[in-house]
Amino acid sequence: MKIFLRRTCREAAYLITSRRDRTLPLADRIALRLHLMACKACPTFERQVRLMDSAMGSWRAYAERGD
Amino acid sequence: MTDLSALLETLRPQLLRYAQLQLRNPAWAEDAVSETMLAALEKPESFAGRAQPKTWLIGILKHKLVDQVRKHSREVQVTTDEDDGQALEDGLFDEGGHFRETPAEWGDPQAVVGQNQFIQVLDACVEKLPNQLGRVFLMREWLELETDEICKELSVTPTNLWVMLHRARLRLRECLQINWFGQPADAPSSPAPPKRR
Repeated sequence: MKIFLRRTCREAAYLITSRRDRTLPLADRIALRLHLMACKACPTFERQVRLMDSAMGSWRAYAERGD
Repeated sequence: MTDLSALLETLRPQLLRYAQLQLRNPAWAEDAVSETMLAALEKPESFAGRAQPKTWLIGILKHKLVDQVRKHSREVQVTTDEDDGQALEDGLFDEGGHFRETPAEWGDPQAVVGQNQFIQVLDACVEKLPNQLGRVFLMREWLELETDEICKELSVTPTNLWVMLHRARLRLRECLQINWFGQPADAPSSPAPPKRR
């Protein structure tokens, strides 16, 4: 059974990428924050995802203007 | 007018490439591009004097791509088990759900994202996504459709869509790690140093 505010990295990673597509439920938001405070790997993963998000913005511009 | 047809001729291969990237079906991509060209030819006045005619054409193309997705939604079977997403996640995380390998530091996003070469690698990585994931991912990230709209067009549940988008991003991340961030940072053109393990 899943402990209310406990998330594994696997679950946290899903929450991190999903934020772009939906508003997370409050419990997930709190659990993710707690996880990020305690975990070393996930904050780095989060930065990678942020980079990819902003890269897709550049990609869109590239698709429209670049050759 | 002749300017427009010359432009269409020049840009057609690019339009076709992006149409294929989105639809993952050569016949549908052809249709979307033909419809785009027809729409453009029917409105030569809105082409006149455009500083960015390509942006204009891509804008039309995006609408035609949504039309194609809609038209063929029944033929596109969307399932979450077809792609081996489970295996992908099992490769990344151990039984306890921890990262098997700590994610690497990718550095300053601004500096990375501003490089044309990086965007080209990203472009190639998007192209390499499995068809189903690529289609869904680009509906979200390129056509910029809302998730509930994508769910409706493809008849998938929100949860399935979120899982697919997650897996698409995990694959993209892996591809970028291998093809960009795995390279020696300050000398991208020099041969890679021997691996130390």
